Amino acid sequence: MNITLSIIYLISTVTFVIGLKLLGHPETAKKGNFIAAVGMILAIIGTLFLHDFEVPTINYVLIGIALLVGTILGWIIAMKVAMTKMPELVSLFNGFGGGSALLIGLIEFGSNVGVDDSAKASSAIISTTLAAIIIGSITFTGSLVAWAKLNGSMKDLRLPKYNLINNILFLALVAFASYIVLINTNSLLLIYVLLVASLIYGYLFVAPIGGADMPVVISLLNSLTGIAAAITGILYGNMVMLVGGILVGSAGLILTFVMCNAMNRSLSNVIFGAFGGDANAGAITSGKTGGTIKKTTASDSAILLNYASKVVIVPGYGLAVAQAQHVIHELEVLLTKKGVDVSYAIHPVAGRMPGHMNVLLAESNVDYDKLIEMDNINPQFPNTDVVLVVGANDVVNPAAHNDPSSPIYGMPILDVENAKHIIVNKRSMNAGYAGIENELFFNQKTSMLFGDAKDALSKLVAELKNM
Amino acid sequence: MNDFIEFISSNLQLFYILILAIFIGVELIKNVPSVLHTPLMSGANALSGVVIVGALLVMMQAKPDDYLSLGLGFIAVVLGIINVVGGFAVTDRMLQMFKKKK
Repeated sequence: MNITLSIIYLISTVTFVIGLKLLGHPETAKKGNFIAAVGMILAIIGTLFLHDFEVPTINYVLIGIALLVGTILGWIIAMKVAMTKMPELVSLFNGFGGGSALLIGLIEFGSNVGVDDSAKASSAIISTTLAAIIIGSITFTGSLVAWAKLNGSMKDLRLPKYNLINNILFLALVAFASYIVLINTNSLLLIYVLLVASLIYGYLFVAPIGGADMPVVISLLNSLTGIAAAITGILYGNMVMLVGGILVGSAGLILTFVMCNAMNRSLSNVIFGAFGGDANAGAITSGKTGGTIKKTTASDSAILLNYASKVVIVPGYGLAVAQAQHVIHELEVLLTKKGVDVSYAIHPVAGRMPGHMNVLLAESNVDYDKLIEMDNINPQFPNTDVVLVVGANDVVNPAAHNDPSSPIYGMPILDVENAKHIIVNKRSMNAGYAGIENELFFNQKTSMLFGDAKDALSKLVAELKNM
Repeated sequence: MNDFIEFISSNLQLFYILILAIFIGVELIKNVPSVLHTPLMSGANALSGVVIVGALLVMMQAKPDDYLSLGLGFIAVVLGIINVVGGFAVTDRMLQMFKKKK
């Protein structure tokens, strides 16, 4: 390989490592992203212009068109998307990466068809190619399903015995791939069968997983795309793909485990788990709840907030859906002016992605220091006068502490029930994403402020201004 | 089986790098605050777009009359570059909001 190109790949690889490192700290994250992007551009330009083989002009023209189209599309999507849609978007982009890997695998296998036995690729290379096709396909359809589920266009699908079916299908995939390697076939037909089976597996793998677990799944799929990239890297003996892909693979896997820990569940429990797996589980746990709920109005809530000295806001996915991040900031500023101590309690998995709430609230200029993580805010709830829960549900459900039969039992939660008053803003009494009842709503200290988060909070702000 | 042993022994340094890279990835991410998980995921996602390099190589090496390879390669390049450009751009947009307000 061209020595200049090798050095460029080396530089790119180093920028990836440094970029990831810097992405891990709030002050340097932006720089880290930039450095990694520069490294990527270097690798792309280097690949295009520093090679030791002839490239027909028509190929260059096509590559140019493809790059242009993709760049424009990617840029527009990235600039247009609302911050609340971030989890979907990451998932969609991730699917594209997987799709790219699977196509490369297909072409590579195709180029091995019809050549002389002496020039045939070794079975090690064939295995690598097949691995790229399988993993690329799984991440492609898996990510698209995750995307569709997050934007609400697809419901959870659970075939009877879906775990068994999925596991058998996976084993069959591996066995079939081994068979293709062993018989050293020329048949593209078998590859298409493998392709379709992998695509179906990706679909079935993600389809039964509940919405609340999507962050974990996206992170896992992200990790898989990295691995697919690394595998294609082995195919070409290309270091920048290998290292870049593996970095993403291992980083994504660690992130997946960190998130599972935040929910106090194992990875296998998330993938094969019972979380909402039984539609009736929620109804059973409601035995304790029942009881009556107390409705409240915007003006009553405003009075409560106005005369409090310490208020904690618990944002959740409902805030994101209603795009209420700006009005909640307005409420916070208003209360602070009135001398109320206001802070936000951030649960690690609030929203549909870890850190989702931080991104949203940062968008509306909420002061970074006002966002307090779970372990630091929990001891403060007993001295809190009013907790305002906006569109959060499972992360404040006391069943996690005191109902061993609940699917979320053992998950660390925000202990809002220790506060003096709790106001819960929700659209309706529907259960949360995990599909379980929340006894917090039936607590004597709780009052329910029904309505869309944006409307309800706007009314609150209006009432407070009149006081 | 011999094939595999030969492949491994002739690419031994590849496997060293692979294993070391796994450790680097783990070490880099282990202690990141949850605040940054979303941008980090998105940034890592952009990095996995490095698969574009493979897509480019495929297209550059395809014969001009091999329409299937060229067509599939074209799609692979488009998908890969969307992953790269979109991923980095959206991560930047997210991080923009984390800037300290004056």
